[in-house]
Formats: sequence, structure tokens, C-alpha cells
Amino acid sequence: MLPPRYIYDPVRDYFVEAGAITKFALRFFKEAFKAPYEFQEFFRQCFLLGYKTLPLVGVTGFIMGLVLTLQTRPTLIEFGAEAWMPSMVGISIVREIGPVVTALICAGKIGSGIGAELGSMKVTEQIDAMEVSGTNPFRFLVVTRILATTFMIPLLVILADFIALSGSFLVENAKGAVSWQLYFNQVFAHLDFSDMLPATIKTFFFGFAIGLVGCYKGYGAQKGTAGVGRAANSAVVIASMILFVLDFVAVLVADVFYEL
Amino acid sequence: MPDKYSSVQSDGSILTSSEPVILVKDLYKSFGDNHVLNGFQMELYAGENLVIIGKSGSGKSVLIKCMVGLLEPDAGKLIILGKDITSLGREELDHLRTEIGFLFQGSALYDSMTVRENLEFPLRRHDNKIADASSETNLLIERALDDVGLKHTIDLMPNELSGGMKRRVALARTLILNPKVILYDEPTSGLDPITAKEIIELILEIQQQRKTASIIITHDMDCARVISNRMVILIDGINYVEGSYAELSKSTDPKVQAFFK
Repeated sequence: MLPPRYIYDPVRDYFVEAGAITKFALRFFKEAFKAPYEFQEFFRQCFLLGYKTLPLVGVTGFIMGLVLTLQTRPTLIEFGAEAWMPSMVGISIVREIGPVVTALICAGKIGSGIGAELGSMKVTEQIDAMEVSGTNPFRFLVVTRILATTFMIPLLVILADFIALSGSFLVENAKGAVSWQLYFNQVFAHLDFSDMLPATIKTFFFGFAIGLVGCYKGYGAQKGTAGVGRAANSAVVIASMILFVLDFVAVLVADVFYEL
Repeated sequence: MPDKYSSVQSDGSILTSSEPVILVKDLYKSFGDNHVLNGFQMELYAGENLVIIGKSGSGKSVLIKCMVGLLEPDAGKLIILGKDITSLGREELDHLRTEIGFLFQGSALYDSMTVRENLEFPLRRHDNKIADASSETNLLIERALDDVGLKHTIDLMPNELSGGMKRRVALARTLILNPKVILYDEPTSGLDPITAKEIIELILEIQQQRKTASIIITHDMDCARVISNRMVILIDGINYVEGSYAELSKSTDPKVQAFFK
């Protein structure tokens, strides 16, 4: 006997959507390694998706560092552990907060942007026009964007981490007269290669997920301008959910390696 | 019918006017329970302007989208320039598409690119069609825009153009690869009568100067009267009736007459 419709329908839709995204991802891998390669469009997308997101990621990272330090400082002082502040902030930002918050910001800006752009191209027949001109629109539009997000998100995260630590230093410098050199010596004294490597590797997956979901939603957009709005919106929602799942998996995998 | 002549294909084969450039046989296409094409048949000959009319949703756009491989027919034969489009691989299909121009109803200009880049896009991708030199590319782009009277818009973005200008730029983009067949999807819809007349004149000029064969989907009976060498009325997914504008306008069949009232 089938479960009630209100349970059956969403569960079925979930698996249908998951299957469609997987099929879309497989098509990406199939097309990505085939010539002709769209290098010019890839670099243009790196500029548009990476460089143009820099101010937003920079401001967010800076405030993240300021707030984390301001809120943690009183508690650490209470326990007499003020000296641990740089290393605590460093580990928190590099291992978890920097990658996740930056990726979420990028899912909002880049994911929705890709969803809306490709969705609008789809409903105004621009993708069909590309197809009939003898160009493979999947390779030109989708492969280049997914590759650009996969390579740009890690760079943005590294930059956001650095800006967040700089923000944290400003608070420490203002309240505790700590020098730049001492602060960063303290940060890196407790940051291992094993902290940085998994945190950086997972950002490649974050970037891939943001590009994949944005392109999947935009490329499959239907039903006019309302469909474009839905594509942009669902690109952000689904990408954000996938980011948390990926983060959880990454932490589990990293944990296994720490224990070895 | 226009004067008889032969056209030489890129692979060296020669099509004569007795051999159709497009042959559609028993074409079927359904979307779920909606049976849009139910055994449609037609031929298009070199140098001919064939107008297809039919009610909205009768499958006219579906038909021409099947012809360029944007939609896959459920059954039937679709021979374009001597090749069965349903059996072509991706590469062969892309090559064949360079011989077919398609003017979309909404123009479909790439709105993130300037007019120049819109025209350059198909050229850059098919360098066998042009020399590599950028000066030659520029010359081709300028000439194509000049043909549609819009050379001054070369550095504008599509959102800076009016509806009629967009349609003409889209036409220039369609023509830039020198297609042998052009498919027009409602070329005058949404345009004022004067601009529509300009587009009709352009389509006629293209036919006369380039000797292209064209299929024109339209609801505009004035357009059909001026442009068509032959007309097909699509009803219930089949080619209900064929003939010249003069012949069909005299038909006593109420279904045919409904289009001419």
C-alpha cells in the first residue's frame, strides 16, 4: 500500500529532482572533456563570477572577523584565556566559518545570478538560437560557468579568510594593543596543514555545487518570466541545502583522517 | 514557382530544383496526449518561399523546430539538404545547421552581447565559413548589417534597439553564414504595419538576391500574399491543403476560407 499523497508526492519529487541533477552533472563531465574548449568564455565567467563577487565577500569576511572577535573576547577574558584569541579565531575561520559563510554568500549572489541569466536565455529562446547556429550551448554556457565557480569559490574563500583574520586583528589591536606580526604568528602557530587542506578541498565541491545547481535550474527554466524567478530562487535554496550536506560529509571525512 | 536553378552543396553534391531541399514525410509529434503533428507531409524546393499558416497551437513552430533538430519527431522522415536530420550525430547536425538559418519570433538576440558580438558569434564558431582574419570578419558583419540597413547599430546592446530593429539584426545574424534554407517563425508578429512591411521587403530581397529557399510561419495574411510562392494550411496536424495564395483564397472550404476572411 502506498503512503498518503502528502508524504508520497514530496518524497517522489525529491528523488526525481535528485536524479535529474545527477544526470545533469554526468552530462557536465561528459561535455567538459570534449573539444572545442571554450577558454575565452571560461575566463570571462571567472572574471564575472569571481572578481565581481570580491567586494561582497570582502565586506562579509571583514565583518565576520570583527563580530567573532568582539563576541568571543569577553568570555575568553573571563576564563583568563585571552592569549588564545588569535588561534581560536584562526581555526574557527579557516576550518569552518570562512568556507561555509563565503559559500552561502556566493550561493546567494552567483547561484541566483546564473539561474536568472540562463533562465531568461531559455525563455527568450536565446539558448535555442545558440543551438541552431551550430554551437553546443551546454558546453558554452553550462560547462564554463560550473568550471568558473569550481575554481573561483576556493580563491574567494581564501581571500575572505584573510580579510576576516585582518578584521579580527583590528579588534585585538584596538583592545589589546597586539601587533600584526604577533597576531598572525599566534594564528599560524596553531593552524596545521591538516586544518587548511580539508577546508580548501571542500570549497572546490562547494563551488561545483553552486555552479551546478544554478545552471541546472536556469537551463531547465520553463513557463515565462515566472519560471525565471522560480529558477533563481530555487537555485539559492537547493545550493544552500547541498552546501550544508557537503560540509557535514567533509567534516566526517576529515574527522576520519584526524583519527588515523 | 521561381526560376529553376541548381545549388551546389558544401560536400559537392548538387541539388536541382526537381529535388526538394526539404522533404517532410509522415511526420508525427506529440506532447503527452496532445498530438500536434499527425503525419504531416511537405516539400520545399530551391529558391521557393513556402508560407505555412494555421491556428495558434496547431504545430507550425513545432514543425520548423523539428527541422533544425530543436525537437525530435516521434516518427517520420525529415530530409534537409539531402540528409536525414533524425539520424545525424551531434557534429553532423551542427554542420548542417550552418546551412539553415532560423529567425526566431522574439528575435532571440544574445542580450549580454553587442550587435557586433551577436553577429560575430556564429562566425567565430564556424571558421570554415570565413577566413580567420578579423578584418574579414568585421567586413562581413558590416556588410550583413548594411543589408538590413542597420550599420549604425553595430556597437549597441540589444536592449537599446526597437522591436523592428531587433528583428532586422536577428535577420542579419541569420544571414551571416550564408544559409541555403531560412526558416522564419512569425517574422512580422508584434510589429507595426510599416515595420512589418519593411521586414516583408527584406525577406523578398533575400530570396531574390541569395536564391534561398524559405519557410515562413505567419498569421499575417498580407505577409503571406506578398511573400508566398506556395502556401500550406496546417489543420489537425496535417497539411490540410496546398496551393498559391490566389488559389486558396478562392477555396469554398469553410476551414480554408476562415483564414482569408
